[in-house]
Amino acid sequence: MSWSRLIAMARKELIQIRRDPRSLLIALLMPIIMMVLLGYGVSLDAKHIAVYAYDQEGSQDSQALLKHFQASQYFDLVKTVSNYRQLTRAIDSDRCKLGVVIPYDFSKTLRDSGRASVQVIVDGTDDNTANLAMDYARAVIVAYSGAVQLDWMGRQGLAALASSAPISVEARTWFNEDLESRNFIIPGIIALVMALVGALLTSLTISREWERGTMEQLISTPVTAREVMLGKLAPYFGIGMADAVLCFVMGVWWFGVPFRGTILALFLTTTLFLIVILGIGFMISAAIKNQLGASIIALLVTLMPTSMLSGYMFPIDQMPAAVRAITYIVSSRYYVTALKAIFLKGAGIEALAEPLIALTLYAGVVGFFAMRAFKKNLG
Amino acid sequence: MLGRILQMLIKEFLQLRRNRNAQINLIVPPLIQLLIFGYAATYEVYHVSTAVVDFDHSQESRELISRFTSNGRFDLVEQPPNRHRIRDLIDRSDAAVAIQVNPQFAENLRKGQTASVQVIVDGTNSNTALIALGYIDQIATRFAEDYQNDRLNRIAPQYRLLMPSVQMVERPWYNPDLNSKWFFVPGIIGSLTLMTIVNLTAFAVVREREIGTLEQILVTPIRPVEFILGKTAPFFLIGLIQVVLIALVGTLWFQVPFRGSVLVMLLGSSLFLVSTLAVGLLISTLCSTQQQAFASSFFFLTPAFTLSGFAFPIASMPPAMQWLTYLDPLRYYLVVLRGTFLKGTGLSILWPQMLAMTILGTALLTISVLRFRKSLD
Repeated sequence: MSWSRLIAMARKELIQIRRDPRSLLIALLMPIIMMVLLGYGVSLDAKHIAVYAYDQEGSQDSQALLKHFQASQYFDLVKTVSNYRQLTRAIDSDRCKLGVVIPYDFSKTLRDSGRASVQVIVDGTDDNTANLAMDYARAVIVAYSGAVQLDWMGRQGLAALASSAPISVEARTWFNEDLESRNFIIPGIIALVMALVGALLTSLTISREWERGTMEQLISTPVTAREVMLGKLAPYFGIGMADAVLCFVMGVWWFGVPFRGTILALFLTTTLFLIVILGIGFMISAAIKNQLGASIIALLVTLMPTSMLSGYMFPIDQMPAAVRAITYIVSSRYYVTALKAIFLKGAGIEALAEPLIALTLYAGVVGFFAMRAFKKNLG
Repeated sequence: MLGRILQMLIKEFLQLRRNRNAQINLIVPPLIQLLIFGYAATYEVYHVSTAVVDFDHSQESRELISRFTSNGRFDLVEQPPNRHRIRDLIDRSDAAVAIQVNPQFAENLRKGQTASVQVIVDGTNSNTALIALGYIDQIATRFAEDYQNDRLNRIAPQYRLLMPSVQMVERPWYNPDLNSKWFFVPGIIGSLTLMTIVNLTAFAVVREREIGTLEQILVTPIRPVEFILGKTAPFFLIGLIQVVLIALVGTLWFQVPFRGSVLVMLLGSSLFLVSTLAVGLLISTLCSTQQQAFASSFFFLTPAFTLSGFAFPIASMPPAMQWLTYLDPLRYYLVVLRGTFLKGTGLSILWPQMLAMTILGTALLTISVLRFRKSLD
């Protein structure tokens, strides 16, 4: 392998990247756009859920319960309706997520037999929001129920019993104390951006030469296959690293995501992952000679698994066993795990042994096969 | 004019037929994505790995713990002897939740004082943590309620039946089991169609430009509008076929109900496809190489996915971003898809979405046709 040929190859690729400033601009703008979009746009928490009330009774008790809903920061009591049809229509057209229906005999049952019930209708289309909304509604109703009971015991002379709630749950959240969706999403975005760079830029670098017929010219020069590969990938490695730095700076300084680990751990894992991604991109590019095909396959093996199977968004341990097994062969799984551990848990190199080993293995295997695919196609 | 468009159509289909790769690319990747995403995308929380420390060892504490571990939401992974071990378990992600019942739990309960349970949650995945905390609260509340009733029964049985309480009756409509698949599968139809059609259209035109066949076509008597129609019509058809295919897999394989009218869904799909074709065309006028087209399409696709409400609720976004979502055709299409699949809603509810897609589609198409004409000159 000759260094001068390698550098010449890298320079050729750099000139090509420079001649196409738009692709470069995209590679550098993409992380910023994704950071802003996902940093601001992603929140799975629900606040100000629109609530319609259907108060069939209209008594003091039912009004008191609705006041509890109004006082909650999670609910906005938007409107009171007077029949089920209006409520159905409001849920159908997404004007409200939650409907509270208080039966016509609410206060009477509460007085006579004790057990009154309130119907909470929730739009289950978005199961996550529905789940949270029901949790919050339950908390409101439990609080109301507690207040009613306290009041009742006081009047019955059972005040001693009513002194305090029987148990209290003291919940502590570690690593992401305020349960910010942002803190959990942003570290993973670095992986997403790099997968995108790999897919977008690298996957087309060889197939473009085939399609334009310049590959033959390249083969007729004394440059070796390994030099072509390393020379072509070097500039993209630089771009990928620049993207990672950009994401890191924006995430930590702009969005205030905690960074508790070490730069060294971040650098090591990022380098390894970048090698893997670039290798995959190159392999596809070498194997598939047309650009459209190469791009589709590249998306399928880099970006898709990174966004779906890496755990960046959807927790791996909630997936069915077969899908969970697939995640073990997804390189971004290890990287995203490492990223989250480095950012939020402050994991050092020794705690990252598993992802580091997996990524190193991966890089070696991918490098080997990329080389072989390319050589075979040349012959 | 019709004859020329027909010729153009025949040319496009011939090209597609010759290209076996393209045929496979149109069917296999979307299906793989549908299958993987259908299984992988879930907000449901089951089997949370849980460590339990019982410092009280009383009947009450055991009762509480068994309530946590017996409902399928929490899986007991270990009963560590001390707090240090908890730290270790959570650090290494071996447990996501730790429940610690403090000493004197039973004693406090019996004395009528507040007995405390400490819960430590790994917040790394904020959503899972939030949902898990919800279940923990629910279980603890139920336990407290039962205990209270029990105590009242012992101390003052005559009052027990009279003690007032308000129960919540849950009625999750349209998705009674709160199954994440029901939420995601209709959405996948929209996102996959958007991605495929925008890329296909952009690539098809740019490719002709890149390999120089665009000039050859332009010297024929065909007019730009005819060219565009002939070029996009096949993709419109491919888009519709893809919608139907994914919808079939969604209903037959993933068992997602389809409660509305197929016609309304197809109408929405057609309107949506007009917008996606227009976007693809627009990208093709801005790019001269396929690589540029590929990269540029992401400039459009990433915001389009994020802002559509596909995975992240629009209502939780900041107001400025919520305004941006109105420019996203996918946003409207997802409402139509989820409406027709889960809610069984018809045009009387979905007309605003249809109208918005018509307006967006017309505007986008006008811009891209105008630009396309100019790029030919």
